Amino acid sequence: MKKHTTCAVAADQQLGSPARRRVFRIAAAGLAAGVGLNGRLAQAGSDGVAGPRVAIGDRLVEEDAEGLTVPLKVSDLTVGRPMLAFPYDAASKYARTDSRLNKVVLLRLPEEELDDDSKALSAGGVLAFSAVCTHQGCDLKTWMKGERVLACFCHSSKFDPLKQGKVVGGPAPRALPVLPLQLDGDEIVVAGEFSAAPGAAHQ
Amino acid sequence: MKCLLKRIVVGVAAALPATAVLAAGEYVPVTDARLANPEPANWLQYRGNYAGWGYSPLAQITDGNVGKLQLAWAFATGQVEGHQSPPIVNNGYMFVTTPGAQVIALEAKTGKELWRYKKQLPGELLQLHPTNRGVALYGDRVYVATVDAFLVALDAKTGKEIWTKQVGDWKALQYITLAPLAAKGKIMVGSSGGETGVRGFVAAFDAASGDELWRTYTTAAPGEPGGDSWPEGAYKNGGGSIWITGSYDPDTNLAYWGTGNPAPWPTEGRKGDNLYTGSTIALDVDSGALKGYFQYNPNDAWDWDEVSAPLLIDTEINGRKVKSAVHAGRNGYLWVLERDGAKLNFVNAYSYVNNNTIESIDPKTGRPTYFEERRPGMNKGDVHFCPALWGGKDWTPEAYNPKTGLFYVPANNNLCAELPEPEPTKYKKGDLYIGYPIEAILTGLRWGKDATDAPKTIGEIQAWDIKTGKQVWAHKFPTFNWGPLLTTAGNLVFAGGTNDRKFRAFDATTGKQLWEAATPSGVTGVPTSFEVDGEQYVAVQSGWGVDAQRMQGGIDLLLGHPTHVPQGGTVMVYKLAN
Repeated sequence: MKKHTTCAVAADQQLGSPARRRVFRIAAAGLAAGVGLNGRLAQAGSDGVAGPRVAIGDRLVEEDAEGLTVPLKVSDLTVGRPMLAFPYDAASKYARTDSRLNKVVLLRLPEEELDDDSKALSAGGVLAFSAVCTHQGCDLKTWMKGERVLACFCHSSKFDPLKQGKVVGGPAPRALPVLPLQLDGDEIVVAGEFSAAPGAAHQ
Repeated sequence: MKCLLKRIVVGVAAALPATAVLAAGEYVPVTDARLANPEPANWLQYRGNYAGWGYSPLAQITDGNVGKLQLAWAFATGQVEGHQSPPIVNNGYMFVTTPGAQVIALEAKTGKELWRYKKQLPGELLQLHPTNRGVALYGDRVYVATVDAFLVALDAKTGKEIWTKQVGDWKALQYITLAPLAAKGKIMVGSSGGETGVRGFVAAFDAASGDELWRTYTTAAPGEPGGDSWPEGAYKNGGGSIWITGSYDPDTNLAYWGTGNPAPWPTEGRKGDNLYTGSTIALDVDSGALKGYFQYNPNDAWDWDEVSAPLLIDTEINGRKVKSAVHAGRNGYLWVLERDGAKLNFVNAYSYVNNNTIESIDPKTGRPTYFEERRPGMNKGDVHFCPALWGGKDWTPEAYNPKTGLFYVPANNNLCAELPEPEPTKYKKGDLYIGYPIEAILTGLRWGKDATDAPKTIGEIQAWDIKTGKQVWAHKFPTFNWGPLLTTAGNLVFAGGTNDRKFRAFDATTGKQLWEAATPSGVTGVPTSFEVDGEQYVAVQSGWGVDAQRMQGGIDLLLGHPTHVPQGGTVMVYKLAN
């Protein structure tokens, strides 16, 4: 899965280079009849952002933070109330807001509810997932306290945060990518890459 | 190696947006005269004619022989989600659109693909309503408006892109799902976004050059007529979205558009009538000037878009000739208005589904009075109201048959909703702008007032005589109905809309079911009829998704078990067995 992500990003970057594009056109002319077209691949990762979505060691900052951006701590999150956030490179003071595909939803749950697998991905009971629904790309920010799922307003896709974002209802075709976290003191820190490429395939 | 192949494919897609073209005979340009008086053999626009009837004068397939209807051909679109566009046909060429902003041109007789256009969509795009409701034909071009808010002109014979114009800002969650309206050298579209704080508009583009000619907003600014129906600034993100094709009267040059709900949903921050949301507006096609209107839902609190355009019908009411504009409202009333020049005068309104929200309708002005305890809001607790958020009828088009004189309505009855108290909300570009907790909306559907058990029937097709205001028949379904209607001179009504994948034909005079066939998915597509080489065909897209799927989710919560309706689009074309 990680390989796939790297590949898609690479294709994007290469498309940006004029020399590369010319080569592709030549290839296209020769292959059009045999290969046919594939819009879905053309879509992969096509948010026009060359930089990484997230880097290990990034902090997280609240999406709507006004004024100073302050890295989030566990105590900034209320149990059962999701928060939208962006990865933040503390050294360069750069919040990765240039693509909404970088957006994550943080959910704090009572630590005793997390099994070992979830604990390994969490920081003080806080779990992080891509906030972009894998169905049609809507923001995911609703915690259904009755069903204990993260739900999407657009088409009611439901994901279980305690099972690594597994789909448990609605039309979403794949799990919500998980972003592993760890603690540095009180601060929430990104501990790994997204488990899969964030976002939906539109075609 | 896998990576290399992928790069090459990406390159191919970027360089060649459309496949090579195979000739399929002469393409006959679509003129104003043809749109105003379409030949019976063709289905040239969204509802077949400018008046919005959804009526085919073809009569080879009749109530007597429809039982022999069988599949002529089927075509898999390769797309999932809601396939709602009508198969639009011009002299043997068929054009359908699919979710994901694709246009497919097919040979109408055989289903052979002639070309396919794919708009490349931004990776960051989110799609609240992944669907498209069809093309407009004009001259020798095909026009499609896309979910990332562009208008594209294509060559009808080759699919070659001629021009692309940005209509709205997808990053502000403006998006387009409607089929454009073509008239007098103009291509008219509007934008969706009633839940994302758009300011609704209709915009006209020059069919030849793509230049924007005018843009008329549906929420009135200060100083404009109706500007005082909003508190300061609220009109800017006040909704009134436009997401269904307008009807058009060539005699007066007025286009009639239905407008969506005001935003956000709670009314506390937008006291006043909020003109021109929840209305039909009459726009002069040359200038875009708003010449007349009728508001069905002043200060709406229930998400009742009134987007389906009224059907324009010359009729007789109480011995008087009336140029009517008829609309089955999401608010549960069937509205009969009179087109008096540019004015839209109230004639009558008839409740067509269970309704506990509208107390009365002023017999002179048509203005509704609401039971205020049915208006959700601050300090009200949970408020129950009928009909539900999706209304007595959502966008699915009605139909009018001049032979039977009946007006047909695809309705949902016995469905209600509950909303809790609003939560504070502030407009933010790129975010939802609703004003209620999402969890409450997702779980808000209810059966009829005080009912705990599922009703025996929900979906209906109703037939009304608008001359007398009487319901003539109602065909009822155990499940809900999300089926656009087609009616024909063969005394037939065609519709899908139920979750059992069926597409059906009914006797237009009695409502009796005469034929049905299962399709690959559920049918929420607009059906059409056309003729090639002397044979009549009926066409519809099968492809469940969008709001039908969403409503099913709400009903499943009430039922306590999931209902599975398969997805995947197919163009289904039927004709009589030889």
